Amino acid sequence: MQPAEQRDEVEMLWLMLLIRRFEERASQQYQAQKIGGFCHLYIGQEAVVAGAIAAIRFDDYIITAYRDHAHALARGTSANACMAELFGKDTGCSRGLGGSMHFFDKEHHMYGGHAIVGAHVPLACGLAFACKYRNEDRVTLCFFGDGAINQGAFHEALNLAALFKLPVIFICENNLFAMGTSVERSTSLKQIVDRAEGYDIPGCVVDGMNFRHVRDTLSEVVESIRKDPHPAFVEVRTYRYRGHSMSDPASYRTKEQLEKYRLDDPITRLRAQLTREGKLTNEKFDELDKEAKRIALESVKFAEQSDEPPLEKLYDYTYV
Amino acid sequence: MQMREITYRQALNEALAEELARDPNVFLMGEEVAEYNGAYKVSQGLLERFGPKRIIDTPISENGFAGLGVGAAMVGLRPIIEFMTFSFSLVAFDQVVNNAPNMLTMSGGQFNIPITFRGPNGPAHQLGATHSHATECLYASVPGLKVCTPATPRDAKGLLKTAVRDNNPVLVLESELLYSSKGMVEPAETELLIPLGEAEVKREGSDVTIVCYAQTVALALAVAEKLEDEDISAEVLDLRSIKPLDERAIYDSVAKTHRVVIVEQDRPFCGVGAEVCYRIQKNIFDELDAPIGRVSQEDVPMPYNERLEKAVLPNAEKLIAAVKKVCYA
Repeated sequence: MQPAEQRDEVEMLWLMLLIRRFEERASQQYQAQKIGGFCHLYIGQEAVVAGAIAAIRFDDYIITAYRDHAHALARGTSANACMAELFGKDTGCSRGLGGSMHFFDKEHHMYGGHAIVGAHVPLACGLAFACKYRNEDRVTLCFFGDGAINQGAFHEALNLAALFKLPVIFICENNLFAMGTSVERSTSLKQIVDRAEGYDIPGCVVDGMNFRHVRDTLSEVVESIRKDPHPAFVEVRTYRYRGHSMSDPASYRTKEQLEKYRLDDPITRLRAQLTREGKLTNEKFDELDKEAKRIALESVKFAEQSDEPPLEKLYDYTYV
Repeated sequence: MQMREITYRQALNEALAEELARDPNVFLMGEEVAEYNGAYKVSQGLLERFGPKRIIDTPISENGFAGLGVGAAMVGLRPIIEFMTFSFSLVAFDQVVNNAPNMLTMSGGQFNIPITFRGPNGPAHQLGATHSHATECLYASVPGLKVCTPATPRDAKGLLKTAVRDNNPVLVLESELLYSSKGMVEPAETELLIPLGEAEVKREGSDVTIVCYAQTVALALAVAEKLEDEDISAEVLDLRSIKPLDERAIYDSVAKTHRVVIVEQDRPFCGVGAEVCYRIQKNIFDELDAPIGRVSQEDVPMPYNERLEKAVLPNAEKLIAAVKKVCYA
């Protein structure tokens, strides 16, 4: 993988397409009951993770909440390993033991996949603490939703990060709803980014439907942290097209609202920008999309054909 | 080898200092551990010796700093997280129970968490309900955690050092009432490591086995002395670790004495003694000559009043009565 500034925008558009097509397949397979438990889709939010990944180096750390398929794919975990995990197979990125909400990939510096809202924000501080302890210039990206900002763990973590000057970026993927509860009904602040001010952490707001805005803003933040370790907070305004999870019909919001965001689709937007600038043809786009669909479909086949984790290994992962 | 007499507190301090000196990945974090030298002075002098990078004071944010420790352990540091008391670990319960022990399984074996959580556990003296929790039954029930409960300075040093080197999350449950107690320990330059999951016969006997740990070991030893006058020979078996549990040592002792009393600082309902009792009857029922006796706390939140607190806790009178009952004496 290339460092941030060299990451090609067409490549990142391709990543966003891969995420979307993968999630569509996951949705289909969930409905076919091939996937168990809970399954939270990322569709609509692709520019957030793509823009963030484009702003960091491969050896930087990322950690996120339960809506995590996209983050693993963005880090370079294969679609096969991701789909196999959803199917609970031994070839999954967590050997079928984690499931949708617990994707891990050490090799690609993906530190989970955490399903207790807000509980991974202190972990992100720990990752960043370790970097500082070892005098490394890595940055930790910590993703979470707007629901996490009212959890105690989140507040404790922000205070610790500020106090210890930890190189961590708190990225709030504000998709307007914590499950079915809107931000206005859950949060006393007018805007989420103001949470950061309470801890003397610099914050900014980013248009999460705009890949370039996410990437460029985060690149600046990352650069400043590498020079002088400190935490930062980025509120990314985005939208999920689907319900909170597969079992949520999202009846708490209007069709008009959904349509408004669909018209501002992050993939369509980046595609239009690139096409306008002569960096992308319709043929090339179709080719990319076809390839993304093929990989997503292949991943289903791979997952279906993979073995279950062996029963004899049930006790192998409790202690090392 | 010249053994020396040191306090439980000093023994823990030596263990911390030795492990910090041995491995640069080890750091100590918690409330008042650095500049104040520890709420119970266990970390006395460590800031001066190892500096603020490795001996780190935190705000009162147990969930936050316990979680920070788990995150740092994901990438190979070996945090020692001090809880001022394990009663306060309850506000970090999610980190200790959900994040530290689950990570290895959830990640399909990719992330082990080499972290030590330590601090005083169990009732002390008139601290009231919120500050008197015996948490061993809560934590020992969680797959992925290891729990040890040193009763002597020697065990405190040896078990803590082993805990720091273990590649899994380990809880070292100390005791406020034991910090000033004294005992013989190998000289500082001798490497003292006591394996987790190894009980120790603290006193040999032939008529009855008293299974105990932590604060109740001294009680069991004192009671065993008294019972000698009444011609009852009690063996005192200190579990030292709750999880892993040294079942072999329990069965060996019971096979010898055929009678057991478990005495614990824990709660009666779903407590450690309940588990030990179940395993004994399941595995060596035929060796038993009497129903298993058990002395634990009473099933009430801890009262502040001194007389009532004493009534809640195990004591010599209750233990002697329980031993006599199983001995039909």
